[in-house]
Amino acid sequence: MVVCLTLALTVTASLSWASPLDAFKGKQGTVDIAGGTAHIPVMKEAAKRIMTANPEVRISIAGGGSGVGVQQVGEGLVHIGNTGRGLSSEEVAKYGLVSFAFAIDGVAVVINPANGIDALTAAQVKDIYAGKIANWKELGGEDRAITLYTRDEASGTREVFFKKLLAKGDIAASANVVPSNGAMKTAIAQDPGAIGYVGIGHIDSTVKAPSMDGMVPTQENAANGTYTITRKLFMNTKGEPQGVVKDFIEYIFTPEGAEIIRASGYIPVSK
Amino acid sequence: MHFRKGCMAEAGLTASALITGTAVAAIFIFLFLFALPVFTGGQGLAILSGEWSPFKGQYGILPMLAASLCVALSALAIGWPLALGLCCGIRGFLPRPLGRALLVMLRGMTAFPTVVYGFAAFFLLVPIMREALGRGSGLNWATASLVLALVILPTMALVMDAGMRQTEKSLRLTGAALGFTREQTLAHLVLPACRKSLFAAAALGFGRAVGDTLIPLMLAGNAPQWPAMASDSIRTLTAHIGLVLATDSNSAAYGSVFVAGCLLLLVNVAVQLSLRFCLKTGKTE
Repeated sequence: MVVCLTLALTVTASLSWASPLDAFKGKQGTVDIAGGTAHIPVMKEAAKRIMTANPEVRISIAGGGSGVGVQQVGEGLVHIGNTGRGLSSEEVAKYGLVSFAFAIDGVAVVINPANGIDALTAAQVKDIYAGKIANWKELGGEDRAITLYTRDEASGTREVFFKKLLAKGDIAASANVVPSNGAMKTAIAQDPGAIGYVGIGHIDSTVKAPSMDGMVPTQENAANGTYTITRKLFMNTKGEPQGVVKDFIEYIFTPEGAEIIRASGYIPVSK
Repeated sequence: MHFRKGCMAEAGLTASALITGTAVAAIFIFLFLFALPVFTGGQGLAILSGEWSPFKGQYGILPMLAASLCVALSALAIGWPLALGLCCGIRGFLPRPLGRALLVMLRGMTAFPTVVYGFAAFFLLVPIMREALGRGSGLNWATASLVLALVILPTMALVMDAGMRQTEKSLRLTGAALGFTREQTLAHLVLPACRKSLFAAAALGFGRAVGDTLIPLMLAGNAPQWPAMASDSIRTLTAHIGLVLATDSNSAAYGSVFVAGCLLLLVNVAVQLSLRFCLKTGKTE
C-alpha cells in the first residue's frame, strides 16, 4: 500500500507539468543547512528530491542543535539555520535573522516499555522531575526507583517540556543529561526505571508514551489541538533569502513539502 | 655542505618550536580573553559558585571541576597499577612470546577510537553497573572511571614499557653479575631506576583521562551535581563544554564554556608542572 502510494506520487510528480521542483530548473547553487536535529528528516528528503531533479543544486545538511543553527546562520557559515524554538529578541537583533515556521512537533513524556504505567498527569511529572516522587510504586507501578533523564541546555525539546509541561518547575540536579532525541530513546529503552521526553515524531516501539492528563500524544492530536505540549520547527535565514535558498524554503511550503513533513512525523504549517 | 645542512635543520627546528609555542600561547590568550567578560560582566564570580541551574540564573561550574578531577583520578587509580602489572609481566615473569603478544595487543588498543569503548560499554557495562550498584541509572562516576581506565591503560603501559626496556638493557649485565633472575633484576634494579617513566606514564594517563570528552559524555550521566558516591551521575568539564556549546551564544551559559576550558588547561598545566618539580627534587636527594 505504502509502496503503491509512493509510486503513484512519484509518477504524478514527474508527469505533472507544474511540479514544485520546476522552480529549480536551469538553476545552480548551494544551500548549506545546519541546526536542529528534529528538522533533519524533512531537510534530507527535500534535498534528495531537489538534487535528483537538478544535480546542479547542491544541498548540505548538518545537525548540531538549535543553538548551533542560530550561530552558524548568524555568522554566515550556512544559508539556513534550523531551530526547534522561536528566536530570542537578542538573537534577531544581533544577526538580523528572518524565521520561517514550517511544522509543528509535539513533545511527549516517555518511559521504558516494560513499565506498567499507562497514564500520568502533568502534576505527577512535575513532582517526579522535582524529585518529590522517587519510586514508581508511589504511582501504582512496581517497586523500582525512578531514574530521571533530561536534555542538554541547547535543546529545543527541553525548552518545550520545561515551559509547557513542567510550567518552569524544578529539574533535580541528579537527572541524567543526554545530548539528543536519539540518545534519549536509547537510554530510556535500556533503563527499566527511566522517565524522559522526546519529540512525538521520535516515538517508536522502543519506548512507551503514557497519556498526559488524558491527552494521547500523537501527531494527529498535536495537529488538531487536543494535545497541547507542542512546538514549532523553524528555518532561519540572515536577511530575506535569495536565489536557490529562497526556492528551497518555498519548496518546503508546497503541497509536496507538506507531504514530506507529514511523512517525517510532523504537522505542516502554511506560510 | 654539511655545515649548511646543519644550519638549515637548526633553523627549521627553531621555527617549528616557535610556531608550536605561539600556537599554545594563542590558545591560552584566546580562552582567557573569551572567559574574561564572564567575570567582568554582571554575574561576577557566580560562575565559580557551586550550583548549575541556568533556569534559576545560577551558572556555577565548580561541581564539574570536581567531577573531572574525581573521574580522572579514579581512572588513574584503576589504570596505572594495571599498566604497571602488565609491564612487569611483559618484562619479567611472563613467558617472552606471551609478553610480545601482549605488547602487540596494547599497541592495537591505542588505535581503537574512544567512541567504540563508549558504545560497547553503554550496552554491556551500564546495565551491569545499574543492577550492581542498586541505585541510579548505571550512567555514573564508577562506569565512566572503569571505561576511562581501559582507554588510558595502553598509552600508560607503552610509556612504562619503553622506559623499562631502556633501563633493562643497561642493567642486564649488572643483574647477571649479581646472580639475579630476570624477575629479581626487574624488581630490585629496573623498577627503581625507571621511576621517572612510571611518573611520566601517570601524568600522560591523567592528562588523557581529564581531557577525554566522549566517555564521560556517554557514560557519566552528565548531571551537574557534586560527586559524592560512585553511583552518582556526574558531569565533567569536557562533557559540559560539549553539552553547552550549542546554546545561544549570547547567554551566560555559553560564557561558562570558556571558563571551563581555562580550568581544564590550568589543571593540566598544574599537574605537569608539579610532576616536573617532584622529579627534580627527587634527583637532588
